[in-house]
Amino acid sequence: MKNTFCIGGVHPHDNKSYSAHKSIVEAPLPKQAVVLLAQHIGAPAQPVVAVGDKVQVGTLLAKAGGFVSAPVHSPVSGKVVKIDNVLDGQGAPAPAIFIDVEGDEWLPTIDRSKALVPECTLDPKDIIQKIQDAGIVGLGGACFPTHVKLMPPPGKKAEVLIVNGVECEPYLTNDHQLMLEHGEEIMIGIRIVMKALGVTRAIIGIEANKPDAIKHMSDLAARVLGIEVRALKVKYPQGGEKQLIDACIDRQVPSGALPIETGAVVDNVATLYAIYEAVQKNKPLISRVMTITGKHVKKPGNYLVRFGTPTSELVELVGGVPAHTGEVIAGGPMMGRSMSNIETAPTNKRMSALLFMPEDECYRPEPSPCIRCAKCVEACPMGLEPYLLSSMAKGEEWEEMEAHKVMDCIDCGSCVFTCPAHRPLLDGIRAGKGKVGAMIRERQAAAAKK
Amino acid sequence: MSQLMTSAAPHVHSGDSVQKNMLLVIIALLPAFAVSIVAFGWGALITTAISVVTCVLAEWCIAKYMLKQQPSLCDLSAVLTGLLLAMNLPSNLPWWMVILGAVFAIGIGKMVFGGIGQNVFNPALVGRVFLLISFPAAMTTWPVAKGFATRYLDAETAATPLSYMKHAVIENKQFELDSFLDSFLSCVPEHIMGGSMGEISALALLIGGLFLICMRVISWHIPVSVLGTIAVFTGILSACGIGSGPLTHLLTGGVMLGAIFMATDYVTSPMTAWGKIIFGVGIGVIVVVIRTWGSYPEGMSFAILIMNGCVPLLNRIAPKRFGEIAKK
Repeated sequence: MKNTFCIGGVHPHDNKSYSAHKSIVEAPLPKQAVVLLAQHIGAPAQPVVAVGDKVQVGTLLAKAGGFVSAPVHSPVSGKVVKIDNVLDGQGAPAPAIFIDVEGDEWLPTIDRSKALVPECTLDPKDIIQKIQDAGIVGLGGACFPTHVKLMPPPGKKAEVLIVNGVECEPYLTNDHQLMLEHGEEIMIGIRIVMKALGVTRAIIGIEANKPDAIKHMSDLAARVLGIEVRALKVKYPQGGEKQLIDACIDRQVPSGALPIETGAVVDNVATLYAIYEAVQKNKPLISRVMTITGKHVKKPGNYLVRFGTPTSELVELVGGVPAHTGEVIAGGPMMGRSMSNIETAPTNKRMSALLFMPEDECYRPEPSPCIRCAKCVEACPMGLEPYLLSSMAKGEEWEEMEAHKVMDCIDCGSCVFTCPAHRPLLDGIRAGKGKVGAMIRERQAAAAKK
Repeated sequence: MSQLMTSAAPHVHSGDSVQKNMLLVIIALLPAFAVSIVAFGWGALITTAISVVTCVLAEWCIAKYMLKQQPSLCDLSAVLTGLLLAMNLPSNLPWWMVILGAVFAIGIGKMVFGGIGQNVFNPALVGRVFLLISFPAAMTTWPVAKGFATRYLDAETAATPLSYMKHAVIENKQFELDSFLDSFLSCVPEHIMGGSMGEISALALLIGGLFLICMRVISWHIPVSVLGTIAVFTGILSACGIGSGPLTHLLTGGVMLGAIFMATDYVTSPMTAWGKIIFGVGIGVIVVVIRTWGSYPEGMSFAILIMNGCVPLLNRIAPKRFGEIAKK
């Protein structure tokens, strides 16, 4: 049986040992929580609280701004003191709700006990409604609102749920640890989503570098009909939605189409855990497990962090910024974003990790001319020609870039990772995606007018 | 924390570099180089040293004084060109011809196009073909392999199996090597065939080729398609009574050196798997045609250069895209 995706891929050093197998520790509550209104792909949420309002943990702070959007709930209890912009991790202003924390009072409807609630009697429609109301988005990185995925467009039918336990980004161990500690809850989450989608089959994809998680999840899956665990060969970017579908069911999402075209719906293990908590425990999405790590971090580990916690408090939690840190990254080293603001930037649904990279590892040699070694072509998991797209971008040949499928690029960074000439191939490709995307939207708008 | 760096993802790198790749190719050439020293003694060392030093100096001077660039000798590409050029020359070639060839290789083969990564044709082969056309006698006079007893300039000379092959075709006869094993192993001087420095031991070249494939410096596509095409094409021809058999062709002349080291040059070979295969098949066909019907006994350099010229066209072949197969 096939155990990985078919085209390209790279093998970065996984560096997971720093935080692997460290039990999930609850991070202390912040003094002030700053809750971003846009923590997902789609329209930002619209505030429904006013300055001076008292809120509890789980109180709705902002309602969804549209269908492709997600509501935001209060991760703390206290008083709303300000609705204003805050500087995010990249130093850009982002609208947020500021709450001064007072105690830790939860909405009485939330079941905070540790007891498992295995049975779900809701019908599919109610399950999806509950997921939507809980503000659940894909916690693997993209933050796409989950309820949208669970409602395939008319004419499309889901056949299989694929569970993403791959965690192919180096350094990250949060999903791994979550599977080890909350495997039962994830299994119930899987059954709930299977019910919501009306499918009888689920495949959990886990890379072979997590044998204990594979064993644990396999033991749990053996008790449930229709759920199987697939041990996958370690290769980046296996956690990419299209790559994972290919690896698990040997079907490829056609260019420009949605994953549902293959009959598969993919959800991350952390998302499924959140779904369990939302549906069975009435707990909206207010926190997530984050890996805080790096080669020289004093106390690397997996931390359960409430959203809105300023980055500075997380830095303190792990023993401060290590000496000779060159770059701090929100997320993993392959696709994460480097942060310029590690003081006030608040944690959010998107932030899966905080990674401190030592100075000597962030140093990049000057790019030299392309020697046409074709290693980028071999590495690209989408079968694109990064060297060519990058030179087309330089010449602003946007139409040519579209013809060469630039929109298929998943931004995984395998080409830049592998380039022996250290060329910043993705810079041009990203510019091209922006331009070509705008061109396509214009064309669609023009066609709609006719 | 204003001193934090920010950069676009990815934030880690494989550690691969141009220099590393060039160094690995140089390492892969060492077995063949060692055999040529055993075979031709001082001549091999002198010719190689002249070629490498001239290539490096030529690159430095042209980059600095003509192109006004920062010379990039650290990438080792000039060293490799020098080494490959030497491998393609007889070990008793007069020193000034080696210098001329090396300057031509770097100057016309590489730098006129703008330096590394820009050239259309394999620089070492440009240098070799220039010498072959300008000094046909010197370029086809091969010393008899006698190890360090071989003298550099006025060595005893011999014909190569390829010239026997050519004569055989002209006289409508078939020539075969006496012992395939000897020509494959050829590490004992008495058993070594005449020829350019780097093309005498197929085994040493194959070891280098396997090393390059294992280290992922090159992919299998070009060597396999070149050698496969030559084997199939000469197999058919010899079955029809034309020319020598496949093994004789594969083990003589520049076939191994060309298929493994010259045709796989990054800059002048195609980017995609199918492009590489067509490129290799083209080289195989052309070399057999030249060897069988052409006026030169050997055609590997010409075959590779001709196919080098087709690379921009071959690069229009797109790689296998994700999602293409699933379209129903």
